[in-house]
Amino acid sequence: MRGALAGRAIFVGVAVLALVVMPLLLEPFRLGLLAKYLCYAIVALGIGLAWGQGGMLTLGQGVFFGLGGYAMGMYLKLNDAGGDLPDFMVWSGVDRLPALWEPFRNPIFAIAAVLVVPAAVAVALGILVFRQRVRGAYFAILTQALAAAMVILLVGQQGLTGGTNGLTNFFDFFGHDVAAEETQRGLYIVVAVVLGVLYLAAWQLVRSRFGRLLLAVRDGEDRVRFLGYNPATVKTITFAISAAMAGIAGALFVPVVGIISPALLGVVPSLELVVAVAVGGRYTLAGAVLGAVVMGYAKTYFSEELPAAWLYLQGALFILVISLAPKGIVGLLRRRGHEFA
Amino acid sequence: MEGLVNQLPIGLSIGAVLLLIALGLTFTFGQMGVINMAHGEFIMAGAYTAYLLQDQPGGFLGSLVVAFVVAGLMGLILERLAIRHFYGRPLDTLLLTWGVSLVLQQAARDLFGAPNVQVASPSWLRGSLGILPYNRLFIMALAALSVVAIWLYLNRGAQGRRMRAVMQNRQLAAVMGINTGRVDQRTFFIGSGLAGIAGVALTLIGPVGPTLGTYYIVDAFLVVVAGGLGQLRGAVLAAVALGLLNSYAEFWTNASLAKVIVFAAIIGFLQYRPQGLFVLRSRALT
Repeated sequence: MRGALAGRAIFVGVAVLALVVMPLLLEPFRLGLLAKYLCYAIVALGIGLAWGQGGMLTLGQGVFFGLGGYAMGMYLKLNDAGGDLPDFMVWSGVDRLPALWEPFRNPIFAIAAVLVVPAAVAVALGILVFRQRVRGAYFAILTQALAAAMVILLVGQQGLTGGTNGLTNFFDFFGHDVAAEETQRGLYIVVAVVLGVLYLAAWQLVRSRFGRLLLAVRDGEDRVRFLGYNPATVKTITFAISAAMAGIAGALFVPVVGIISPALLGVVPSLELVVAVAVGGRYTLAGAVLGAVVMGYAKTYFSEELPAAWLYLQGALFILVISLAPKGIVGLLRRRGHEFA
Repeated sequence: MEGLVNQLPIGLSIGAVLLLIALGLTFTFGQMGVINMAHGEFIMAGAYTAYLLQDQPGGFLGSLVVAFVVAGLMGLILERLAIRHFYGRPLDTLLLTWGVSLVLQQAARDLFGAPNVQVASPSWLRGSLGILPYNRLFIMALAALSVVAIWLYLNRGAQGRRMRAVMQNRQLAAVMGINTGRVDQRTFFIGSGLAGIAGVALTLIGPVGPTLGTYYIVDAFLVVVAGGLGQLRGAVLAAVALGLLNSYAEFWTNASLAKVIVFAAIIGFLQYRPQGLFVLRSRALT
């Protein structure tokens, strides 16, 4: 009981910090960076759900992040272009709007696509893979291959996706100037609120009957099957939820950072987020979120100060966390807490 | 039609390289439950070995031997220092070795510079036999030779017998007096060494850079998944099939769709054979 109360107090404290203190304290550039990390934290929340709670190590969350991001980017591009073709299509010599783009003129369709497309891809993959009891490392390898294939596909379809450059140069975001300080501040608040809401939803999910089943699947899939449940369904649903979260994050990322490109969603960015979750603490949702923010700051700080050392540091940090603190920062904090209690 | 035929040596040689890479992965994965993401960096180490030795006496063939030893020792060090503490936790080894691979890539960047370097092919590998360029033929021969060597090692000697025993049932093998730790070290040395040889082979068909390994590691893992864990036959068939599928998919559609087609093919294949082409039978519930 005390634990639950303390948890709520921490959540409220962090919410106040994020929604009130940070916007007052940080200059616009730094606030924008924080908004970016919070977008990553939404993806991390999904990874925490799928991997930490469900035992599915997904190395392809970048794919879902990208699907959400491109859906939003396509709408914004078309909106900016008015009735014309988006600028990059003109440059790559496309003379008619591709059919794939047509429905994205409608903002409601685009926003629906942000949720539905990643979830649908996850459901399709989940059904095909989990039903055949392909799991563990096999699943990790397959999701990684999916991320690799997605990047190559996006880069290759220059006229359709903007190739390596991706979609960028946005001006208008639902009637607001994307570059304006006010818009960016508002976007930060939106991202923070979305993260908070998704966090609470995920937390409720984990506490529910379904969440217990998910944990049971993680710890003993065969036993769950013998009890008469179908683990494939549980896993597919969870995977779809985590994919939808990544899609939402991608859609928010686009106006916040102003670009979505293949480099942001390939094998390496996907893995980096998994690393972040591991560093924060994979077994709790809070750890996943914390890890994404901490690693975001670490990456920015070290890339600014010691660019050459960052990769060494990231690698070393990773090796140390996995070998010495498999429960991540949250695990370390908890242990310290027990010592004092 | 001509394109169809020309694609054949390309597909086969890519398959051969994938095979050399996947052989190490399939045995470390099958025997120890280790997913070694740093395996790609052993390829890179082999390729840079060939780059450093290209003007030395002994030449190209000598660099094959040196690359085997260099990459093998790197694998051995990695196994001793880190991986052996994580046996049976494949997902943790995956993340751990990814950290190692980041460090190794940056080390290569600091040592050799970020831009790609070119290794001059030995003169006796220039030219071609009909439609078969010598360099690609050589890679295929190298892979075939390695498979034969591995087969002999596995099936015709005490060390190979121990290795198969550990792969089938680690505890039982240990009870029978096999030093499983030593078997693991040998497996790691040989598997990593083969990646080094793959690296040398890659210098024949392209430039060498710090991220060379990352281009092949994902496909090599797909070979392991499709072929079945620790299965020599499975790895051979899957690597050739994947190499051919890749190059023909690129030829018929375009490079950007090829990977998606390969991915779809693997997922489709797993519907029929969820554990890969060949499965090590055991009574344990997997």
